[in-house]
Amino acid sequence: MVDRKRLLNSGQMARFVADGFLRFDGLVPDDLNRAACAEMEQGIERKRGGVSLSEMWPAPSAIGEVFRLPEVQGIIHSLVGPDPLYDHHAVHTVNAGHLNGQVWHADAIIDTRQHFDIQFFYFAHDTPREMGGTLILPGSHFRRISESDIARYQNFVGQIPVVCEAGTMVVVHHGIWHCAQPNRTDRRRYMFKLRLNPTVRQLRLWNTDDLDDPAIPGILSANHRWYGNEVRIEIVNRIRFWRFLTGDERFDVSYWLSRLENQPETVLHVA
Amino acid sequence: MDPKHLLTSRQMARFVNDGCLRFDELVPDDLNRAACAEMEQGLLGVEPMGTPFLSLWPGRAIKKVFCLPEVEGIIHSLVGPDPQYDHHAVHIVDAGHLIGQAWHADAIIDVRTTHFDIQIFYFPHDTPREMGGTMLLPGSHFRRVSETDIARYQNFVGQTPLICKAGTVVVVHHGIWHCAQPNRTDRRRYVFKLRLNPTVRQVRLWNTDDLDDPEIPVILNTKHKWYGNEGRIEVVNRIKFWRSLTGNDRFDVLHLLSRIENRPQRELQAV
Amino acid sequence: MPQLRQKLLLLYLHNADLNSQVVSWTLYDGTEKETHTTGDSDAPPYSSVLAAMRDGWRVIQFPQQFPAYPGMEYNTSYLRYEYILEKMEDTDG
Repeated sequence: MVDRKRLLNSGQMARFVADGFLRFDGLVPDDLNRAACAEMEQGIERKRGGVSLSEMWPAPSAIGEVFRLPEVQGIIHSLVGPDPLYDHHAVHTVNAGHLNGQVWHADAIIDTRQHFDIQFFYFAHDTPREMGGTLILPGSHFRRISESDIARYQNFVGQIPVVCEAGTMVVVHHGIWHCAQPNRTDRRRYMFKLRLNPTVRQLRLWNTDDLDDPAIPGILSANHRWYGNEVRIEIVNRIRFWRFLTGDERFDVSYWLSRLENQPETVLHVA
Repeated sequence: MDPKHLLTSRQMARFVNDGCLRFDELVPDDLNRAACAEMEQGLLGVEPMGTPFLSLWPGRAIKKVFCLPEVEGIIHSLVGPDPQYDHHAVHIVDAGHLIGQAWHADAIIDVRTTHFDIQIFYFPHDTPREMGGTMLLPGSHFRRVSETDIARYQNFVGQTPLICKAGTVVVVHHGIWHCAQPNRTDRRRYVFKLRLNPTVRQVRLWNTDDLDDPEIPVILNTKHKWYGNEGRIEVVNRIKFWRSLTGNDRFDVLHLLSRIENRPQRELQAV
Repeated sequence: MPQLRQKLLLLYLHNADLNSQVVSWTLYDGTEKETHTTGDSDAPPYSSVLAAMRDGWRVIQFPQQFPAYPGMEYNTSYLRYEYILEKMEDTDG
């Protein structure tokens, strides 16, 4: 049973809906980071996709312990529920002196669901900019494209490279556009990626005490600028996602959807 | 509502065809001056979207403008007697602002066919061409675009800059393409824009005494040059809109729709 | 004899107006003098397509503007306002 105070709050969920990711700096303690790093170098057990996460990496696995941390369990519960499925994982390495960035892409295949998976990017060691932590495009997660369809893009206004200290967790919506970066240092860079699938309807899985926080519409109206004139369509997609997550079909931001849904049928009898 | 203040069917047909109607010097001078002062002083704050319009701004000069019987009649004819306030804006173009705004349609792409909002542009002071009154593209209101998608266009045959005396009211369909213009004078230009949503089905809300006027099909068939060869498609959209507004599903212009709706099922006995 | 090679500059704009802000950019250099990759700059090389034209780049492709397919009006995917520009440059220069 997850500890309620470890769940995300509505403000954080709104940020996830708008940006497509959340980051938690230095979440994992140092001893675990070092142990996880060592495991990554040796290789981490895979299973087939679709088994319960709870079966993965029993003690004394360090990676297993990382994902059993109460804070991480709280994040998982808030986004995909209490007993998610292990989809797959990968130990992403970028060798020292590898100077080509990966192309922009979104993972898996084009995905038309409102239900969503999450991916954890776990940085078990300090990752300065020159080491090439994953580059993320905030707010890109609603755009339906097929994997490296988007390889023609190189740079976007507002793109965010992950630059962080050891123990940082970044959790992303499955649709987010991202790419690995060049590693200009002399040390290999590791990042542990884990994809999880929900087994419950993703409805109010987080701590909803602050669901009426007046800051939420503002958060959902964030403008990342790289989508230019399409910002309003982006907000529409966030409204729809928020309705899905909260079960509130009348939720709106700045009247964007209510205006279009206003189709009154009362017939007036004019004399 | 006194029927003499409602729009006539011919005026409604012109609205359907052009997407706009103008009423020159409708508002008396004393009200224009008072409303101007309210705009200059910034007295008209934002109100919650969806508020019943009748309840807003009691005692204000701007409210008196919209309570003039002729203006109430225009509003009733298009969106009904008790519309919702969507939003308003005091649009200002500073003296010497020499760049025109990009062409755009307001809000977001709107797929409603049986319901529409209106926007009222009220010019409280004389607005010569060089002052940059809003440019409208008559007949553009059926074309579904997403806001500034259309920013690449600069000029159209038949584009209409609003040049008018104080007190002029222009009412437009929510989908109309428009853009602010450069202000080449040394005086700031104001226009008050108000968007209203219907709360009833928009069927025969005007004075329908002249519904059978033979001029109406002629008005609906008056093509604007800028859409070139798409003229007949444009007329089809007008026929459909007129059918929705009148509740007459068999209305037609020059047999355009009846021809393609004609699928007789009666089988003839062979001789 | 100059050895000319093509350079391609992809500029993605805020809206369809060639004078609007660049929101994303890509460079491919056929002269091999520069290599570009993802995340290699924080600011675009030009503020707009018009600015690039004024610096000698030629526009070779405009984005086609298609109306939204019914039901797709609120779908987003690729960036819509992709302008492709070229320059021919000497490999020896």
